[in-house]
Amino acid sequence: MNENTPKPLNSSPLGQGDIAGIESLSTVQTLESEINRLNAQYARALDERLFDLWPEFFIPEGRYTVRSRENHERGLPLALLDLESQGMMRDRIYGVTQTIFHAPYYTRHVLSPTVLLGSTLVQPMSPSNALELKDPTLWVSSTSYAVFRTKPTQVSEVFNVGQYLDHWTRTEAGLKLFSRVCIFDTEMVLNSFIYPI
Amino acid sequence: MNPASKTFSQTPGNISRVPYWAYTDPHLHTQELGRIFYGQHWSYVGLLAEIPNLGDFKKTQIGEREVIMVKDHVHPSQQGLDHGIRVVENRCAHRGVRFCQKTHGNQRSFVCPYHQWAYKLNGDLGGLPFKDGVEREGITQGGMPKDFDVKQHGLNRLKVEVLHGLVFATFDPQSPPLDQYLGPRIMPWLERIFKSRELTLLGYNRQRIPGNWKLMMENIKDPYHPGLLHTWFVTFGLWRADQRSRMIMDERGRHAVMVSQRNEGGDGAVTKGVTSFKPNMKLQDDRLLDIVQEPWWTIADPSKPTQTITPSVTMITLFPSLIIQQQVNSLSTRQIIPNGHGQFDFVWTHFGFKDDTPEMTRRRLRQANLFGPAGYVSADDGEVIEFSQAGFEQFNSDGLRGGETLCELGGREVAMTEHMVTETLIRGMYNYWREVMGHE
Repeated sequence: MNENTPKPLNSSPLGQGDIAGIESLSTVQTLESEINRLNAQYARALDERLFDLWPEFFIPEGRYTVRSRENHERGLPLALLDLESQGMMRDRIYGVTQTIFHAPYYTRHVLSPTVLLGSTLVQPMSPSNALELKDPTLWVSSTSYAVFRTKPTQVSEVFNVGQYLDHWTRTEAGLKLFSRVCIFDTEMVLNSFIYPI
Repeated sequence: MNPASKTFSQTPGNISRVPYWAYTDPHLHTQELGRIFYGQHWSYVGLLAEIPNLGDFKKTQIGEREVIMVKDHVHPSQQGLDHGIRVVENRCAHRGVRFCQKTHGNQRSFVCPYHQWAYKLNGDLGGLPFKDGVEREGITQGGMPKDFDVKQHGLNRLKVEVLHGLVFATFDPQSPPLDQYLGPRIMPWLERIFKSRELTLLGYNRQRIPGNWKLMMENIKDPYHPGLLHTWFVTFGLWRADQRSRMIMDERGRHAVMVSQRNEGGDGAVTKGVTSFKPNMKLQDDRLLDIVQEPWWTIADPSKPTQTITPSVTMITLFPSLIIQQQVNSLSTRQIIPNGHGQFDFVWTHFGFKDDTPEMTRRRLRQANLFGPAGYVSADDGEVIEFSQAGFEQFNSDGLRGGETLCELGGREVAMTEHMVTETLIRGMYNYWREVMGHE
């Protein structure tokens, strides 16, 4: 597995029952509503091409991964995209807006309400990978997404569907993504995968 | 003129042109499937590393026919002689059902869901329900005819060869041995990557590209475009026209290797006027280009045996459907699965070596961001293939089979070169293709 990816510790498949570290259902709902709001902003940033804002949803050492459900479920580490810092995310934005030749298209994200699955603690990092978090608790959530693609003069098509499996961390600037893994069901990428989802 | 009678080139004898109908004609496509994919050609089906255990299987395609690669028992008397890898067609001998729906897994046998015909891993028919009829009140009812022989009703079993962990299969039992098929010019470049190494499977990426399957082979036989289309290659010196490079073909021009050695990138004669060159491009996190030279990159130069050669990239095209990529530390096989004349699926299997350190594995995975459907230097290949197909289709929409592509960089003949400013490998492939397809 990827060295940066913590394993969920205190979680249940549907986020039911006790989630360690959380006092009450209302705390869960407050967190979920905070994540829902961030997800809505995240989707809007991408669909409105406010790409500079995209890395800001992550901590500087944050991880953004797009991996097929096939690889994910078989424990195969290969990803479609695997970016290990805000710097790599900014490089990706430069790359897709300035260097990759492709047919232009719009994206439209439709997200489900998030479900908080539980919490975990940041694992001790190797020295080369030291990471200081103010609060070691990571909140684990899952959100279903559908991304539609629309090319000029064409009808809209389902481009990619799956779930975001997220680890969130509380920072001074609010809740941020420690990692987001987009685990996609879509068995075939429709030719090329350009913009982040 | 009768449109169907148009010859391969509108300029007779000219092999440096490819008619658009080679990409747009659905009837020609079915002929290609028959003569190429189901004929005397070897197709890649997978890696041994994908099926390490007895009963492990992977479903894939050769042309448009589904096949299953499976690890079978090896009879004790055949130890060391039989690799134990079988490839069978996914089609029940009874009613033609595509019985296997899983893409991979582990099975003791294959059972068709329709009438429960059960096959051994080697494709032999093991048994079927009610073969000897059903007893009722002392009378046997129904059953297969007395002369029904289970041995005659196994799955369609392909000829299989395993080369250094790569599994190839062919539908035609008359196909020549694999090493003859690949030829001595190609073999050293396969050995360089695979010989005596155990592979680890890193994972898959799959994309559907709306273009004719041959366009993908051409793309990897075309050293002209990478330093022009791909900013990352030209800017960071991963592939550009001022590098030491070599274009290799087998004797018949169907397989090829593009070999090259990276340089430092930056300004040069080959970047003048090239809009994809970005002199000021700096990565904020350059771990993506943390390239480490590996010992196996260096081999005795197959064409100058007293010297060594240390390529940073070898792109191998094995006709008809396999590309093997070494680009710096990133390794993959890319399999072409046609689906009609105007579309193919492209399956990337990334791998590493058993003795890789965790750091090397991470490096290979990180550099995978350059390749694949989202890759900085591969996403645009799929896009230009789509636009190529669109160009051919629009011109051929009148049914008159006009138009042809031009492949004359570096001349009009087929020859190996010590540079990359040439389209010779494309000419080589179509020279062979015309032979197989019977076009002048």
